Amino acid sequence: MTNNAATSTQNVRRGAPAHPFFEFNAYFRKNTGAVIGLWIIIGLLVVAVTADFIAPYSPILTDSKAFLKPPVWQAGGSWAHLLGTDAIGRDMLSRLIHGTRLSLLIGFTVISISIVVGTTLGLVAGFYRGILEIAIMRLMDIILTLPSLLLAIVIVAILGPGVSNALLAVAIVLLPHYVRIARAAVIAETSKDYVTAAKVSGAGSIRLMIKEILPNCMAPLIVQATLGISTAILDAAALGFLGLGAQPPTPEWGTMLADAREFVLRAWWVVTFPGLMILITVLAFNLLGDGLRDALDPKLKS
Amino acid sequence: MFRFLLTRVSLIVPTFIGITLLVFVLIRLIPGDPIETMAGERGIDAALHEKLRKEYGFDQPVLVQYWYYLLRLLQGDLGKSIVTHKPVIQEFISLFPATIELSLCAILFALCLGLPAGIIAAVRRNSIFDHGVMGVSLTGYSMPIFWWGLLLILLFSVQLGWTPVSGRISVMFFVPEVTGFLLIDTLLSGEKGAFSSAVSHLILPTIVLGTVPLAVIARMTRSAMLEVLGEDYIRTARAKGLSNFRIIAIHALRNALIPIVTVIGLQVGVLFTGAILTETIFSWPGIGKWLIEGIGRRDYPVLQGGTLLIGTIVMTVNLLVDVTYGLINPRIRRPR
Repeated sequence: MTNNAATSTQNVRRGAPAHPFFEFNAYFRKNTGAVIGLWIIIGLLVVAVTADFIAPYSPILTDSKAFLKPPVWQAGGSWAHLLGTDAIGRDMLSRLIHGTRLSLLIGFTVISISIVVGTTLGLVAGFYRGILEIAIMRLMDIILTLPSLLLAIVIVAILGPGVSNALLAVAIVLLPHYVRIARAAVIAETSKDYVTAAKVSGAGSIRLMIKEILPNCMAPLIVQATLGISTAILDAAALGFLGLGAQPPTPEWGTMLADAREFVLRAWWVVTFPGLMILITVLAFNLLGDGLRDALDPKLKS
Repeated sequence: MFRFLLTRVSLIVPTFIGITLLVFVLIRLIPGDPIETMAGERGIDAALHEKLRKEYGFDQPVLVQYWYYLLRLLQGDLGKSIVTHKPVIQEFISLFPATIELSLCAILFALCLGLPAGIIAAVRRNSIFDHGVMGVSLTGYSMPIFWWGLLLILLFSVQLGWTPVSGRISVMFFVPEVTGFLLIDTLLSGEKGAFSSAVSHLILPTIVLGTVPLAVIARMTRSAMLEVLGEDYIRTARAKGLSNFRIIAIHALRNALIPIVTVIGLQVGVLFTGAILTETIFSWPGIGKWLIEGIGRRDYPVLQGGTLLIGTIVMTVNLLVDVTYGLINPRIRRPR
């Protein structure tokens, strides 16, 4: 590893282009926002993984002696509940910590599904063309035409509310972006010489698609995936808020907000904190996504 | 131009048929017998069940059913709400102005702030103002608007008491419906205080619904302006000694407007998504709230008809944007 880095610096001195990773790293580090986003995400990941150890209480444990206790710094608050308690005496901090785990899990799962299914459909559409391509792309057009949340709502209304159905609905809604990117990249790459060379040397379609073409269209997919996680978290929270996502007592941020709505007049903390967590998380992924886009491919900058 | 129009219109026909198919199939996917779903928890006796099955055509093959569904659609029949027994299309039309009024105000709000902010940010690139605009717009873009709405209620309605919490107008006023747009109807009614009541009810929902479009428009305007300002003809204009204002407002902005118009058109879908959440928070009697209530009551015709109508509207607006795009930019019109 150190050896590699050393040779690369020498290359730069001699005027040869730097290794793509170092070039990327240099670009990325200059983008303060992206670096901040990355650190926030790392922090959230640590919280999510260690949720069972750092949360002071169980997220669903109710305490009949402590309804709607304010945070510690406000009159009436106590060190027992740092960020106060909700309407049935559950510790806010513990719920937020466990909510982090759930939201990140939702974000990553949704994106994994969308990327795998979307890229496969896009590769197939771009590679085989013809009627298959028309069918896939028309279907994607329809998904894109309907407002994203509306389609997700319709899907959840049919499958029934719950985390896993909300997850699936959001994954379907995000699908077209990946299909389009993958298809466009495949069409652009297929005509290039290295693909022809691989074809001539006898590579089959599947090998061509996965081993030759796919690695060369990863950059836009990675960028879209990072930005997609923020959309996924936001949409899942919106579904939770509308009562169609995670169901109580699950500590999901959107669901917590829906529960807190009626206490907006009496307890600002039950309303403020869950939304703040959503905003910070989504903002962090958007910052990172923007930074990655600029660093990986300046042409994509919009 | 005619050919351009024709190809664009012909492109949306398959999408429209696709949406009808999607909506039709989705409703079929709901587990359980549709008649029993409609009857609800009271249940239904066998003879009536059979009669209704015939009446709704559920005894026919699915393809035939779809064909009849399409025929009814073409006659403007979207079925009846299970709860209110009113035709879905009628309910939609009576609630639609509320959503349109809110959406128009939101997009106006976004344009009035977003365009100038984006232009100034581009002209003063890398200044504090530019960084501020970019930071704020990224935050706005990441904003969970259902929370944003609650925060604004907390601050302006609860703490300061400046704006009402929910609804379109104070219950004190009875405004006869002429256009369905309360801002116009209150003025026509001549009732004292009705207009200002309607305006005060509109402020917070407008800000909430306009936040995401505002962020998108500001970002897009900035990047479009930056691109245009780097062009040779801007340098020529500067060399000719034109005033800075003239260069920015006339030479640069006109060309930068092309991508901006497209982005505004694409906000229609975003607005509908936002309207569902905004209307739920502010109890705004529009399409979004109607749909969410429809789901709560398992009113599937409402969901089906509403989805189809919204999909059609978004599609039509996208088409109009495409055509406008062709009008402002003749390069697009020519077939490739």
